[in-house]
Amino acid sequence: MKYMMFVCTDTEPDTDPSDVPDIHAWVAENDARGRRLQGDALAPTTAATTVRVRGGELLVSDGPFAETTEVIVGFDLLDCADLDEAIEVARAHPMARHGRLELRPFAGLPG
Amino acid sequence: MTGTPAAEAAEAVAAAGAEAYPRIVATLIRVTGDWALAEDCAQEALAVALERWPGDGVPANPGGWLMTVARNRAIDVLRRAAVERRKLHDLAVLTPVDAEPGPAMGEDVVDDRLRLIFTCCHPALAIEARVALTLRTVCGVPTAAIARLLLVSESTMTRRLTRARTRIAQAGIPYRVPSGPALAERLPGVLAVLYLLFTRGYVADGEPAFADEAVRLARLLDRLMPEQSEVAALLALFLFQHSRRDARRDAAGALLTLDRQDRRRWDHSAIAEGLAALARARDDGPYAWQARIAACHATAASAEATDWPAIARAYDALSDLRPSPVVALNRAVAHGYAYGPAAGLALLDAARTGGGLDGYPHAVAVEADLVARQGDRLRAAALFRRAAEAVGSAAERSALLSRAAELDP
Repeated sequence: MKYMMFVCTDTEPDTDPSDVPDIHAWVAENDARGRRLQGDALAPTTAATTVRVRGGELLVSDGPFAETTEVIVGFDLLDCADLDEAIEVARAHPMARHGRLELRPFAGLPG
Repeated sequence: MTGTPAAEAAEAVAAAGAEAYPRIVATLIRVTGDWALAEDCAQEALAVALERWPGDGVPANPGGWLMTVARNRAIDVLRRAAVERRKLHDLAVLTPVDAEPGPAMGEDVVDDRLRLIFTCCHPALAIEARVALTLRTVCGVPTAAIARLLLVSESTMTRRLTRARTRIAQAGIPYRVPSGPALAERLPGVLAVLYLLFTRGYVADGEPAFADEAVRLARLLDRLMPEQSEVAALLALFLFQHSRRDARRDAAGALLTLDRQDRRRWDHSAIAEGLAALARARDDGPYAWQARIAACHATAASAEATDWPAIARAYDALSDLRPSPVVALNRAVAHGYAYGPAAGLALLDAARTGGGLDGYPHAVAVEADLVARQGDRLRAAALFRRAAEAVGSAAERSALLSRAAELDP
């Protein structure tokens, strides 16, 4: 199954500073095992651009689509056997220790 | 036994269903991957049995008969829906032997029912969904009954169960028992669902059917995982508490504390089963210590004969392992009986620092009891009344008020 893993900040102060894994080792291991297809860090939300079409008119605005205190700072596209494997991959990511990781399975386009 | 063929058949269906239902559902889910189909076919098999057994007689292998009917029903449905050939093939080669107790669980032979339990109790499901799904799928409790027990409408419960099954498929929750270190991580979550089920049934105004289901589930889990110490300990804990179900209330329905119960009305076969399970548990988990405490009560010939120092030691261990305000409160009670009310009050004071017991009426009731035993009857009665005002259940309120009335008539 393919999962989009959103790497998010966390405004809760409950971080876990113990044994924070190295991000490069994490990328290398999961790439080698074919569980990570792609991924990157994202530029700050000040660099975000939001696009909408309303009434046939293009609306372009600066900033993220939602003003939230938690921000998506990166993503990884995972290919795992099931949710348990995806959770294993996510728990080993450094941002699991001081941020949040959201696993969203691919649903496929309708039709 | 009422003696009519219909009544005898109904009893046979209920008995065979209790054993076979989770096995049928679990097997059909493994083969078809379709939770709703598995449940529907298992239910239909029971309905067909109710119809046929009064006339045809109870088959020699009732569980195998139910499995065959459910499997054939699933094949019919899938054939009509024209699914992949592989699933049909897998179903066709399922023999009725699948409905019989299998060999002891080895390294690679995992009982389907265990898969079912671990999937229903997966941490990626909300706790209420885990409880409802376990009751529906593992225990076969009808949706309407679960809705009544969990205080929601039947349509709400139907939607909730559908959402949970959909989520299992969409999120990719595997139909598998975790192995290695993952098992140790996941087992406490499974036991927590059972514990929640049991306590919902055991609280003063609770629904006893919950407690019965929890005991059945714990027995099943213990049979499937006999090497897991905490499973054996949880089963023992349930059995000791459950053994008092007929002695907990007086004729008027008011709750009786342990020292006031007629111990002859305790279920001594449940206590014996609990002791046998506890003998297989190690002293290293939270349920093991709770079960040892319950065993001290269950084996005491009278309230006065209770081994309170042993209970106090077990609470010391439990509060090291799983510190919580409620454990600290119970530890104060145990020390109060083992070493006198002053020792109990000192620990109660310590337990109250930090505010974890604020607004917890049982802490006031404990204080009342300790103060009463120190001889200050009027202050104790006032405290019992204060606790009575704050408790949620009518049965507990009347028990506390009658303590107050005894001290200050």
